[in-house]
Amino acid sequence: MIRHLLSGADLDADTATLVLDTAAEMATVAGREVKKLPALRGRTVVNLFYEDSTRTRISFEAAAKRLSADVINFSAKGSSVAKGESLKDTALTLQAMGADAVVIRHPASGAPHRLADWVDGSVVNAGDGTHEHPTQALLDAYTMRSRLGRLAGLHVAIVGDVLHSRVARSNVLLLSTLGAKVTLVGPPTLIPVDIASALAPGIDVSYDLDAVAPGVDVVMMLRVQRERMSDSYFPSAREYARRYGLDGPRLRRLPEHAIVMHPGPMNRGMEITPEVADSPRSTIVEQVANGVSVRMAVLYLLLGGNNR
Amino acid sequence: MTAYLIRNVRVLDGEPTDLLVRDGVVAEVGAGLTADDATVVDATGLVALPGLVDLHTHLREPGREDAETVESGSRAAALGGYTAVCAMANTSPVADTAGVVEQVWRLGREAGLVDVQPIGAVTVGLAGERLAELGAMADSAARVRIFSDDGHCVADPRLMRRALEYVKAFDGVIAQHAEEPRLTEGAQMHEGEVSTRLGLTGWPAVAEEAIIARDVLLAEHVGSRLHVCHVSTAGSVEVLRQAKARGVRVTAEVTPHHLLLTDEKAESYDPVFKVNPPLRTAADVAALRAALAEGVIDIVATDHAPHAVEDKECEWAYARPGMLGLETALSIALDVFGPQWDLIAERMSRAPARIAGLDGHGLDPAPGVPANLTLVDPAARRVIEPAELASRSRNTPYARMTLPGRIVATFLRGEPTVLDGKAVK
Repeated sequence: MIRHLLSGADLDADTATLVLDTAAEMATVAGREVKKLPALRGRTVVNLFYEDSTRTRISFEAAAKRLSADVINFSAKGSSVAKGESLKDTALTLQAMGADAVVIRHPASGAPHRLADWVDGSVVNAGDGTHEHPTQALLDAYTMRSRLGRLAGLHVAIVGDVLHSRVARSNVLLLSTLGAKVTLVGPPTLIPVDIASALAPGIDVSYDLDAVAPGVDVVMMLRVQRERMSDSYFPSAREYARRYGLDGPRLRRLPEHAIVMHPGPMNRGMEITPEVADSPRSTIVEQVANGVSVRMAVLYLLLGGNNR
Repeated sequence: MTAYLIRNVRVLDGEPTDLLVRDGVVAEVGAGLTADDATVVDATGLVALPGLVDLHTHLREPGREDAETVESGSRAAALGGYTAVCAMANTSPVADTAGVVEQVWRLGREAGLVDVQPIGAVTVGLAGERLAELGAMADSAARVRIFSDDGHCVADPRLMRRALEYVKAFDGVIAQHAEEPRLTEGAQMHEGEVSTRLGLTGWPAVAEEAIIARDVLLAEHVGSRLHVCHVSTAGSVEVLRQAKARGVRVTAEVTPHHLLLTDEKAESYDPVFKVNPPLRTAADVAALRAALAEGVIDIVATDHAPHAVEDKECEWAYARPGMLGLETALSIALDVFGPQWDLIAERMSRAPARIAGLDGHGLDPAPGVPANLTLVDPAARRVIEPAELASRSRNTPYARMTLPGRIVATFLRGEPTVLDGKAVK
């Protein structure tokens, strides 16, 4: 097993499949009366969050606690970080406290890579800047596999602000590894340069959601921040929603079996309408539940829960 | 004054000969020289070059003496084979007045390891809003001739035009940091495949090329001299090639790191590879090498940019851009071009001395010429250890790399600043 999970590229097909299979086993724990396994008893997991993300932090916290690990939540607000402590010094502190794994969320791309240079324990990237969010990709893949029965051969459209999306990068890498076909859809201003050669040569790029929609199995809508307007990425929220938002009529043009995903938090009325978000085709709540199982699997495998 | 008899040295590509250095000048050149009063330096196997001249050095004093001082930077320069460096203006306070440039100039004289020629800021506080007192700096004891807001682009086209025109009065030159600021907001590395993969905001090549294209047209329009700092893209080379073919008075520099390293170095997220302009692609590196060999790019300049450990041992986005360069530049040139001594002398000594107007520098060793020279052991190979560098900072991108060539001795006006590979003071 790998030591750190920093990028979707860290997972080959066998490892990724092992994580998903392990997550499926972990999911059965959630159905029990006592939702707890002793696998990581005596191990310490630190949640090091430099950005507000209640959803992801709670998901990792629940995952670690269900595996009986000791969990320390270290939030940038109200800690020494606010006083200007460097990431390196924080890393050395965590190291001295004996952290077996550090789950890090950070606004700077690559911060988890730096952290991995400075601590002995495992580092899990819980979202770094505009780079990656590999456990989100794993839970998305898990959700697709649960709903559609497979990943190989699926056609997944990832729609929206790919340029600033760590979710998109990790999904492109992981889905390509697992044999799915990915098409990135968005205005040309929000599709990063050389994306195919940068991440996965097999992916396609389209600027036309309506052209792509009829042939997909999965539509993954990305959050689009309204502030991007002021940087001229697109003219207005209304124009964005018209061209790249998913509303009822567009939903009905998808194949009947196709599902709608969103990593949250949603901008209702921007990239997705309430009608679509709340429809039975939407997996958004499921994704949250699956997140705990997938993160349990990641922590369990990284911390050698299977070979102790 | 002491005399030195340098025995069995090859001057550039010449046959081994002797050089007698006395009273600050090269007194004699020829085989079998004798001088009873002279200290003999056995230079068998060594090559004598005119002392190197760096047109682009950050000495950090005044303001960031924890990262570098005029003295420590001068020592690093001497150890790198330099006898003159041009000190950039982005200090704190900014070198935008006669007072500050004279201070830097005086500190350089006191250190006495290389000639420190201050560069003056183009605009007050590097703010890009109004001209600094360029004439006062030109008339000061520092005799400033190169003006640059390096670190910032003189982006306002009218201000750039005026600056180019104004310095004609004292044969000045504007050294432009070519970076269109709106196209590089938040930029962290070269915009391309690697920046996309790493999720780091891109610094597109066009942001450099657009400014160079504009500036060569402005320089042509007003008939002034323009120097382009740290050219980093293949597209910039083409703009310069066309401008030079039209007779525009433009010169350009390339850094050693842009001749050797590519943006793939950012994959480590180690900010020691963060620099502005950023490391580019292998195709850009190839174009820059060809342009330097051809003369489209006139010189190698180090952009030696010392930074304190805490400004580099952090997240990529929070790190300051810049790399050390003085102590490794010649080795990089040797690595890239091999022992093409005439090319190296031209690009690293003669041409920069001409552009900067530094009389007495950039002259091949010959009788009567000021003895500013450096002795290189081309056969040596060395492993770069950051802790062993003379700079106060450690941000070399070549850590633990094995590089060819070693500076054995450097002479500044006949006095050794480096002997046996060690700084004399």
